[in-house]
Amino acid sequence: MLQKLSCCVQNHLYRPCLKHCAPVQAPEAPGVPVWLQPGFQALQGPTGTGTASSLALRLNAVLLFSLQIFINNEWHDAVSKKTFPSINPATGEVICQVAEGDKADVDKAVKAAKAAFQLGSPWRRMDASHRGKLLNRLADLIERDRAYLAALETLDNGKPYSVSYLVDLDMVVKCLRYFAGWSDKFHGKTIPLDGDFFCYTRHEPVGVCGQIIPWNFPLLMQAWKLGPALATGNVVVMKVAEQTPLSALYVANLIKEAGFPPGVVNIIPGYGPTAGAAISSHMDIDKVAFTGSTEVGHLIQKAAAESNLKRVTLELGGKSPNIIMSDADMDWAVDQAHFALFFNQGQCCCAGSRTYVQEDIYHEFVERSVEKAKSRVVGNPFDFKTEQGPQVDEEQFKKILGYISTGKREGAKLLCGGNPAADRGYFIQPTVFGDVQDSMTIAREEIFGPVMQILKFKTIEEVIERANDSKYGLAAAVFTKDLDKANYVSQGLRAGTVWINCYDVFGAQAPFGGYKASGNGRELGEYGLEAYIEVKNVTIKIPQKNS
Amino acid sequence: MAGENEEKLNQNKIFINNEWHDSVSGKKFEVFNPANEEKICEVEEGDKADVDKAVKAARKAFELGSPWRTMDASERGRLLNKLADLVERDRLILATMEAIDGGKLFSTAYLMDLGACIKTLHYCSGWADKIHGRTVPMDGNFFTFTRHEPIGVCGQIIPWNFPLVMFIWKIAPALCCGNTVVVKPAEQTPLTALYMGSLIKEAGFPPGVVNIVPGFGPTAGAAISHHMDVDKVAFTGSTEVGKLIKEAAGKSNLKRVTLELGGKSPNIIFADADLDTAVEFAHIGLFYHQGQCCIAGSRIFVEEPIYDEFVRRSIERAKKYTLGNPLLPGVQQGPQIDKEQFQKILELIESGKKEGAKLECGGGPWGDKGYFIQPTVFSNVTDDMRIAKEEIFGPVQQIMKFKTIDEVIKRANNTTYGLAAAVFTKDIDKALTFAAALQAGTVWVNCYSAMSAQCPFGGFKMSGNGREM
Repeated sequence: MLQKLSCCVQNHLYRPCLKHCAPVQAPEAPGVPVWLQPGFQALQGPTGTGTASSLALRLNAVLLFSLQIFINNEWHDAVSKKTFPSINPATGEVICQVAEGDKADVDKAVKAAKAAFQLGSPWRRMDASHRGKLLNRLADLIERDRAYLAALETLDNGKPYSVSYLVDLDMVVKCLRYFAGWSDKFHGKTIPLDGDFFCYTRHEPVGVCGQIIPWNFPLLMQAWKLGPALATGNVVVMKVAEQTPLSALYVANLIKEAGFPPGVVNIIPGYGPTAGAAISSHMDIDKVAFTGSTEVGHLIQKAAAESNLKRVTLELGGKSPNIIMSDADMDWAVDQAHFALFFNQGQCCCAGSRTYVQEDIYHEFVERSVEKAKSRVVGNPFDFKTEQGPQVDEEQFKKILGYISTGKREGAKLLCGGNPAADRGYFIQPTVFGDVQDSMTIAREEIFGPVMQILKFKTIEEVIERANDSKYGLAAAVFTKDLDKANYVSQGLRAGTVWINCYDVFGAQAPFGGYKASGNGRELGEYGLEAYIEVKNVTIKIPQKNS
Repeated sequence: MAGENEEKLNQNKIFINNEWHDSVSGKKFEVFNPANEEKICEVEEGDKADVDKAVKAARKAFELGSPWRTMDASERGRLLNKLADLVERDRLILATMEAIDGGKLFSTAYLMDLGACIKTLHYCSGWADKIHGRTVPMDGNFFTFTRHEPIGVCGQIIPWNFPLVMFIWKIAPALCCGNTVVVKPAEQTPLTALYMGSLIKEAGFPPGVVNIVPGFGPTAGAAISHHMDVDKVAFTGSTEVGKLIKEAAGKSNLKRVTLELGGKSPNIIFADADLDTAVEFAHIGLFYHQGQCCIAGSRIFVEEPIYDEFVRRSIERAKKYTLGNPLLPGVQQGPQIDKEQFQKILELIESGKKEGAKLECGGGPWGDKGYFIQPTVFSNVTDDMRIAKEEIFGPVQQIMKFKTIDEVIKRANNTTYGLAAAVFTKDIDKALTFAAALQAGTVWVNCYSAMSAQCPFGGFKMSGNGREM
């Protein structure tokens, strides 16, 4: 069994790596440091000196243990004993089977979480600063296993390894450290109430938090959810996306290793309509946080209302406008607009999927954007040359191709791409549509794929109105050198994040979230803590108050 | 590794721009072990010229566009976390150094002082990228926001009673906000501060961000407080010197001033208190670190009905002490820091006897070498006695009697100091009344000396200006 798995792991993980395994020089990527190569060297981490086979064993051991449900710092089969496959989107092949959590498993997890949250429990009694210490320790462990986690992420999600390693993992570590710092600093207040009273507020943890995370940034979304929840002292029941459970389950091991008490974090792989729904309608879950499609966001909010009025925060879809004024730095704007759409295979909630270009520069902008899209390298995500990997699964793949044909049908001008990019896996060519009108489907609905829409506009007032004419309001951007235009537009756009002369700039310090149907509430920053606390007002009668 | 450590242990020079410098004058001064009065080593003696060099380096490191100014706030936090890890790594060396140089019990230095240092560094590192300005809805067609900018070059003058903790309390918040610093450690206890210089360099702080100038108050200290290019001075020490610092700031460039000064903190014990707990806290609250704490609970007001019993138990507690070499296990009290303190404390003890307080135990020096003083308890102390008014800073406990709440509030507040205070009672109304009524920066209820990096600390009135932590 062990040997067979070892072979299996090698097939998926090591075959691309074996190409680059030559110890020092990687012919395809000259100048890339050895430590960054996804071969045995990198996978050993900073202090390891193990051989290839011992590493394979280690990976096996991890894959063997971590493919189950994580409750009370232990691994459980699903109550039903069912499993589901996790698929490598670059090949369409099954990586492994994962335990399939359902309502019964959610019930178990909630029970464990509740016990860990009882008054007097180790977690409730822990110094706030110590919670921060544990979060920092988790960040250290993720840093230690960075190369391995990045490889798992790429294997399961399809995003290029260089991006997993340099961007996703970097942001995960920074996010956890950021929230570690908040744990003992989120102050309640003392309040000068009328009357002879001493009044203060406690910022208590909400309690058992259900967290349902998506497949587009599996590890990062996990960190965005765990960071504020654990910093403020909550306990968590997390359902990871069925498309991408592997990296999050590995992190579960690290959570145990970091020293979080049992029951504080519980992780359930499973499907939305079963495990996810069980969470959103659970009578014993105090709050649910969901990142995913607007369509499912509606269901979650409904279920919360129909069950126990649990608090709800939602991070949903977007159709974010990216406005390029004629005085913008053209090179930079083209570059950023491309990045804004195509990053992560177009699978970003905040993708700049309506690129509004001012009349005077429209033609040049379109030409340059098409050129850039044509040169985007699509391929094996473990290859350093690759800029774009596959879409995450067959469902998304088909949906995106569907939008592309709708686009053509409704009269948008297909300027490049438009077809699958390979015969295996879910690769789609970088696609650009010009002469897009606001009324077209591809201008109104979230495609979530490598399909860029470029629209023309005349005046600043017009474009603000058109930009806001959407049920979404997640992000927006404007490219201009003019200070007054920048201020005017950033005030006018109804979006949770407005980028000026940049796009997709994120930091753990800055709040992120949507207006309108793009969501409720904010994640990250100090604002991100608010959803995870209940404010308790304590008012004590005193003999005589003095100011 | 051994060579590296040797290099660190030999740091007895002036630390500027991440380098070690001799004093401009060539002078050195001696550092002593107060447990046996023997010389530990010599250290370069910084004076005005050295302070000038340090300020220049700090100013350069603070220039617009410098590595320190352009660094991500989160990266500043990361460096502070790294420094905390290094302190933890070298915890044993630092605790030993602190015990020898400061006369501090080794177990206390290792567990309490070093523990506080590490936690404070971690705490401040977390704040670095969370210092928020605001956007402000001003009248008119304007976009207004506030930036919370670092002040600039901060002079920091620290005392000898908690050398390393005070060093960290000063540099951690300053660095977390992006300032550069020039630190003058106390002449009695420069060694651990200088060792930190090597860790600061190892952690990766850019040159000039932290500069350390050992030397004396009237020379190096005064040079800092008078300096025209230092933007802010922070001082912890005696009220007497605090006044000089504030004056110098006014005379020179109006630099911002924060002061952490002396205290004569009241500790009020009601009859309904848990007596055992109260006696213990009152005891530690005075005798901790040989009484050399700004927050020492040096006026213990006990409610009449339990007064005699309280005094009896306090004497019991103070009698069982083993004095000796603070490095040895089983020793409960070390020496006072130096001869000057030693003589001052003995003088005040004599005044207590002369002015009519009842000497219950102790009352004199101990041993033939080192600055040891016997744990001393005075009862029947009245408010007008010198030992009830002046800060003794030694192992001398004053116990006085009171009758009513209003009376004790008045007496507790009847002082120019206002650093800390405590009340022991089970009654919720009394506790909350005192929390409001006592004019002190920290009020403890049913405890004493409870401090942590998350809590602001500082004095009312002449105990200081501003808050730390």
